[in-house]
Amino acid sequence: MKKVLTGNFAAAYGAAAARVKIIPAYPITPQTTIVEIMSEIVADGLLDADFVKVESEHSALAACIGAQATGARTFTATSAQGLALMHEMLHWAARDRLPIVLANVNRAMAPGWSIWADVTDSIAQRDTGWMQMYCENNQEVFDTILMSYKIGENEDVLLPTLVNLDAFFLSHTSQIVDMYEQKKIDKFLPPYRPKLKLDVNDPRAFGALTSPEHYYEFSYKMQIAHQRAKEVIREVGKEFSETFGREYGLTENYRCDDAEIILVSYGTIAGTTKDAIDRMRDKGISVGLLKIRYFRPFPEKEVCQILGRAEKVGVIDRAVSFGHEGPFFSEIKASMYGSNVPLYGFITGLGGRDVSISNIESMVSHMQDNEPSNLIWIGVKK
Amino acid sequence: MIEIRFHGRGGQGAVKASDILAMAAFSEGKEVQAFPFFGVERRGAPVTAFTRISDEEIRIHSYIYEPDVLVVLDPTLIGAVPLTDGLKPGGIIIINSGRKPETFSFPDAKNPHIYTVDCSSVALKYGLGSEAAPIVNTAILGAVVKATKLASIESIMEAIKEKIPINKEENALAAKEAFGKLES
Amino acid sequence: MSDKKEYPEVIDIKSADDMPPMPVSLGSMRTNKTASWRSIRPVIIEEKCKLCMICWKYCPEPAIVPTCPPTIDYDYCKGCGICIEECPFDAIVSEKEGK
Repeated sequence: MKKVLTGNFAAAYGAAAARVKIIPAYPITPQTTIVEIMSEIVADGLLDADFVKVESEHSALAACIGAQATGARTFTATSAQGLALMHEMLHWAARDRLPIVLANVNRAMAPGWSIWADVTDSIAQRDTGWMQMYCENNQEVFDTILMSYKIGENEDVLLPTLVNLDAFFLSHTSQIVDMYEQKKIDKFLPPYRPKLKLDVNDPRAFGALTSPEHYYEFSYKMQIAHQRAKEVIREVGKEFSETFGREYGLTENYRCDDAEIILVSYGTIAGTTKDAIDRMRDKGISVGLLKIRYFRPFPEKEVCQILGRAEKVGVIDRAVSFGHEGPFFSEIKASMYGSNVPLYGFITGLGGRDVSISNIESMVSHMQDNEPSNLIWIGVKK
Repeated sequence: MIEIRFHGRGGQGAVKASDILAMAAFSEGKEVQAFPFFGVERRGAPVTAFTRISDEEIRIHSYIYEPDVLVVLDPTLIGAVPLTDGLKPGGIIIINSGRKPETFSFPDAKNPHIYTVDCSSVALKYGLGSEAAPIVNTAILGAVVKATKLASIESIMEAIKEKIPINKEENALAAKEAFGKLES
Repeated sequence: MSDKKEYPEVIDIKSADDMPPMPVSLGSMRTNKTASWRSIRPVIIEEKCKLCMICWKYCPEPAIVPTCPPTIDYDYCKGCGICIEECPFDAIVSEKEGK
């Protein structure tokens, strides 16, 4: 069933379609609509779940952890300052191997006090052990929430997922979303049945004191889980395509195969880049896009395989890691260590600054006319 | 792809209008996108909203810089904001006004096609809003589709009934009446 | 309580493969009897006990069972002395462990 939905509605309906059981919720612009809609769905009896109002984002994730540990599928949503407040709990959820799904509306970190799109909030959480991915459109938001439960709940994975969507450009933008049939979704995503859980009939303690004798191995196992997750993401993406007709992988290759210049981007910028690429191709410029969906686990194989064939690569980051360079740029550069492909690091769109087709065209002409450099600020007033 | 920009003031329903137009076009099989200019809104402040309609999947996620159509819910915005910025040559401007189109001049626009309908009177006739603040967003949609043929008036009326929470019939009829009264 | 098999006192881990995905203590309470932490033990004087149950409420463990009169679970009592401190009737006294 297709409807015109904003990103926030797509996230809420995605979680409802996944039959989540517990939704601990705290509002923050521009995510608030997600939890508002979920409270309405639950109150109207359309979703058999508990909506739990908590006193802060830290509590929201703590409640998710407690509930998920008993074997309930949980969901929550937040943004920027809220995600930052959850930081300590993000580590806990991942290390306790709880496949929670969190919709994060990418919003700039304050100060300046901004409600607009910027991915610094999620980038800052990259080392927590969560899987994290970036959505290009509202259909992808809906689909990824469904897939993230299936991927995360796989017993070789058992990891939580941060599903990122750009503030306003997705959260408050209406697009067509196919919500499929609930029967098909139920078949694709069976109920959550973890082997290890909090159970009064089989008492265990989770997350207790762990000496240097064992902590190292738990971390090793978590890394192995991330590596295995890459395969599971590909497998689930294939299964999703067979069931629902849309294929997703760790990345998306858009006209890269014969491209001399390849741009790399993520989030809504990737969508705009596709239009820019078509326009540039019509003008005879050989350009393609590698869209990165998953930042963690990092798609090293796809990055090396596809970008290794290019003559020039330009990475478009919507964040900057202060004191160094764009975060995706750094990681791509590191993955491509040993390759001779010139790499350009573009920074743009911080704090919700619009990224237009002409901005993207200017990146490509910059690449054509200049030597590679790590920090090229597009659109900054100076 | 057709890009439409709505200009109104906070409280007049420009954002809802952009959504309803998108829903109407979607019901006729088009690909659509709708969003407001993302600012901090308050009653009376200028509000801009956008709709994109296309036969192909819409992938672009940036603001609209070169609209094909401008919809002006409040004529006091003319001269107060850069209304016609980027309007394509030969673009369409639809204004909520009782004046005839030829009485309007937009020096910065190249060969615009101007249409007018007195949406305020139509709205008040159906009891939508007050004398001081008539709710014109549904009426003006009737004018928009008559001028642009981006959707049928029936689709607009259906979308209005789905999206508007109260006075559904009245809003739909306001659109229909404005559809019939378009001055070009 | 479940009728599960007894878990070994020390988990002899040779490989990460033998470990669960996350730190899970499988019934460690059953084998890890915290009695060994004690250096003093509380003893209830039944004649003085008025059955107010304040000792049971304050015990952090819980190592006091609410029988009449209350009984101390010496398998788990860590000898913190809070019950001795809190009893309003001085019905609990402290004895040196290993007496």
